[in-house]
Amino acid sequence: MRQYLARRLLLSIFVIFGVTLVAFGSMQFIPSDVVDIMLGQFRDPAAEAALRHNLGLDQPPLQRYLRWLGGVLRGDLGNSLRTTEPVMDAIRQRLPVTVELALLATVIGLGIGVPAGIVAAVRQYSLADKLSTAVSMVGLSMPDFWLATLLILAFSVTWMLLPPGGLLVSPLEDLGENLKRMIMPALSMGLPASAVYFRMTRSSMLEVIRSEYMLTAYSKGLSERRAILVHALKNALIPVITVTGMEVTWMLGGSFIVECIFSLPGLGRATVEAIYERDYVVLQGCLLVYSLIVVGVSIGIDMLYAWLDPRIRYE
Amino acid sequence: MSSSNSLSLAPEAAALPGRHRSLAGDAFRRLRRHRPAMLGLSIVVLLVFAALAAPWVSPYDPVQMSGGEAFEGPSGRHPLGTDEYGRDLLSRIIYGSRTSLSVGIISVSISLVIGTVLGLVSGYFLGATDMVVSRIMDILFAFPPLLLALVVIAVLGPGIDRTMVAIGIVYIPLFSRLCRGSVLTERGKVYVDAARMVGSGNGRIMRRHILPNVLAPIIVQASLCMSYAVLAEAALSFLGLGTQPPMPSWGSMLNKGVAVMYHSPWVSIWPGLAIMIVVFAFNVFGDGLRDALDPRLIGT
Repeated sequence: MRQYLARRLLLSIFVIFGVTLVAFGSMQFIPSDVVDIMLGQFRDPAAEAALRHNLGLDQPPLQRYLRWLGGVLRGDLGNSLRTTEPVMDAIRQRLPVTVELALLATVIGLGIGVPAGIVAAVRQYSLADKLSTAVSMVGLSMPDFWLATLLILAFSVTWMLLPPGGLLVSPLEDLGENLKRMIMPALSMGLPASAVYFRMTRSSMLEVIRSEYMLTAYSKGLSERRAILVHALKNALIPVITVTGMEVTWMLGGSFIVECIFSLPGLGRATVEAIYERDYVVLQGCLLVYSLIVVGVSIGIDMLYAWLDPRIRYE
Repeated sequence: MSSSNSLSLAPEAAALPGRHRSLAGDAFRRLRRHRPAMLGLSIVVLLVFAALAAPWVSPYDPVQMSGGEAFEGPSGRHPLGTDEYGRDLLSRIIYGSRTSLSVGIISVSISLVIGTVLGLVSGYFLGATDMVVSRIMDILFAFPPLLLALVVIAVLGPGIDRTMVAIGIVYIPLFSRLCRGSVLTERGKVYVDAARMVGSGNGRIMRRHILPNVLAPIIVQASLCMSYAVLAEAALSFLGLGTQPPMPSWGSMLNKGVAVMYHSPWVSIWPGLAIMIVVFAFNVFGDGLRDALDPRLIGT
């Protein structure tokens, strides 16, 4: 196990190094750069050269890459080309919003999906099972950006209950105000996710219910409730945890559209803005943070998985 | 040489076709009994029809503007209403199916072909080839998929053809890993040794013997991947980076709809519904295909 972990970490370092190469390298091929966008069409060549020099854009790519990489190792992701704000500060401000959104969505997804999945599996082929399976198929196909639109249409336009965006306060300052802005974005990502959790819980529960140790549990005289909730659920949830890991990474990396729709100041929107503005230092930093999250969550899930299911041994 | 050739071909020709057909036939029969899959398939057929016959079935020209008819609600003249330029939404939805379908087919083909070849080669040869391919796939996998597509488009520039390439690149690792995994279990089997013994080269073994045996999960993945691709195109166009106006795309139509939601909600409802129905169709069809090709998975 320890050996596996060491190998995984070593490979991850290699992958992250590859990510820095791809992130930096792809920026070099973006046709127009930040200077074009800042100065517009009619510009003075001297001013352009001066600006390029100030931003360090006149140095050869390799030199810029090494300087950036050196900074990354020291925890310095450089300064935004547009605002000159340190990228690390921007990420520190924006990442929590994206993380909160993903966590809320995951809570919603698990909160609906897992109980519904258990009920559907225990009462297989019942009306409740058929209905929830059908609903989950629709939920699975629901684009989060459309659900977001429909939620705004219902709660902001028609019933005027919730604001469709606006200033976000930190949950530590005023949780109620914060949730008012976060609940619709979280629902638009969490409801489709609940379909994923539902299907996974249902299918793994069905498998566990038919296993021999469940027969043993029943023959010991355990009530159905106890057998299901204690014996079956524990084992059935293991695959759900893997899916949760995948969904959380997907949400962290896919939240940018929802962030844009609700104008939430998250990391996703920062990334999209950096693309529009060709602020490649910010973009590189965001990409690096994203891939660190993806790699980190995937290792974390592997560890959790091995810990929960002692039968799993990584070579 | 010719005798060894006939040796290697004869048993294949005698035994495989009959058995092969019955396996595929079984799968097809199972698929036909799978009601959700048939529903999905019918929707896909309808989508293909709409895309091909768009000029004949859509009531209006999808890009023709008509200032006097902007933001008309659904009516007899315009069944789904009109947008801010007075363009007929039904016609734009029908033409939008061309965008979704072509992006789906081409981008999935890109990931399928490149991913399968990479998976086949790395799983078969192992060693350094596998090391290099697998690490590149790891790196691609380390980026959130839609974000990677966004960056590729930032590099290539917006447009429908670049969107296809971007989405195609993003899903290569999905196919490569899947294919590599299956090749790893197949390459040790007796029929591969047999093929090698009768003198088949590596290329022939991979193409003629291993590939057909690892194809089933790849086909299932392709069907599911179509739904990701349709979603991704819509998402990128929603952000204004995918399909460019005036070409109709459900994603950009939805984006326009969000801006005018307060007075003309229908503009954002139809394109979203269209995306959802198509994604649903590919999802349930892919599910059914998986059950049909691998009966062991039924009910899971």
